[in-house]
Amino acid sequence: MKARVFVTLKNGVLDPQGKAIGHALNNLGFASVGEVRQGKVIDIELAETDAGKAKAELERMCEKLLANTVIEKYEIELKA
Amino acid sequence: MKSAVVVFPASNCDRDAAVALEQMTGQKPVMVWHGDSEIPDVDLIVLPGGFSYGDYLRCGAMASQSRIIRDVKAKADKGVAVLGICNGFQVLTETGLLPGALMRNAKLKFVCRPVGLTIEESQSAFTRAYAKGETVRFPVAHGEGNYFADDATLDRLEGEGRVAFRYAEGENPNGSARNIAGILSEKRNVLGLMPHPERVVDAALGGTDGRRVFQSLIETLS
Repeated sequence: MKARVFVTLKNGVLDPQGKAIGHALNNLGFASVGEVRQGKVIDIELAETDAGKAKAELERMCEKLLANTVIEKYEIELKA
Repeated sequence: MKSAVVVFPASNCDRDAAVALEQMTGQKPVMVWHGDSEIPDVDLIVLPGGFSYGDYLRCGAMASQSRIIRDVKAKADKGVAVLGICNGFQVLTETGLLPGALMRNAKLKFVCRPVGLTIEESQSAFTRAYAKGETVRFPVAHGEGNYFADDATLDRLEGEGRVAFRYAEGENPNGSARNIAGILSEKRNVLGLMPHPERVVDAALGGTDGRRVFQSLIETLS
């Protein structure tokens, strides 16, 4: 089973990189760009075949290492 | 005072710390590799500056999972003094030995220069040789030193006298919440700070303001 984990800054946590990307897009002429927030995508291959168990395991991975939950949130997407 | 310096792959202030410790204590510290499982019996453990594990994932995240950290945690819980400088501070927040997180500098630039610091707390093993309210200068050299914690945590740190160092008025180099430069653990035996006291112990290298961090520790722990 494959999984994709998205790690992004929590709402309200300042994202200076996102801000800089937004300014750069504005400077390129993309005038409609408002707030930009950036984050990480982590693709993981798992030997686990049970979706429920895989999800629970991925949550533990996020809590222990992949995200720093003081400042970041995560979302898990499972792919068959 | 016996000390140890933990060396991670891509630590780069481990030798600065070792030179400062030897100069101040007269004893060479034990250098402990991250893959070792035990730190010898010492009074002070230093987690040095650098870019452990290439800052992969997040600064300090990989180091916080390294084998030696289990023993650092166990010894910290028993009351052994732990000093985390720069990347060492990042490792301490990632391990949960100190609250909060160190984020990308607000202006996105790596900042490398001396900054003014106010001694906020002289009631600690790390700062007792300073006077409360005194201003000193230590160099900073980091891209991710922007201290973040929620308001409740910040209030608690301030209420419990655990903010040891603050950037002096107008000198905050990274956007840190409430100008925080260094904090103490609840039991006050763990200090993490972004500025580098170990780089200012010798007048030939630009200043001696950092000497009293080591003097404080020697007075307390010897």
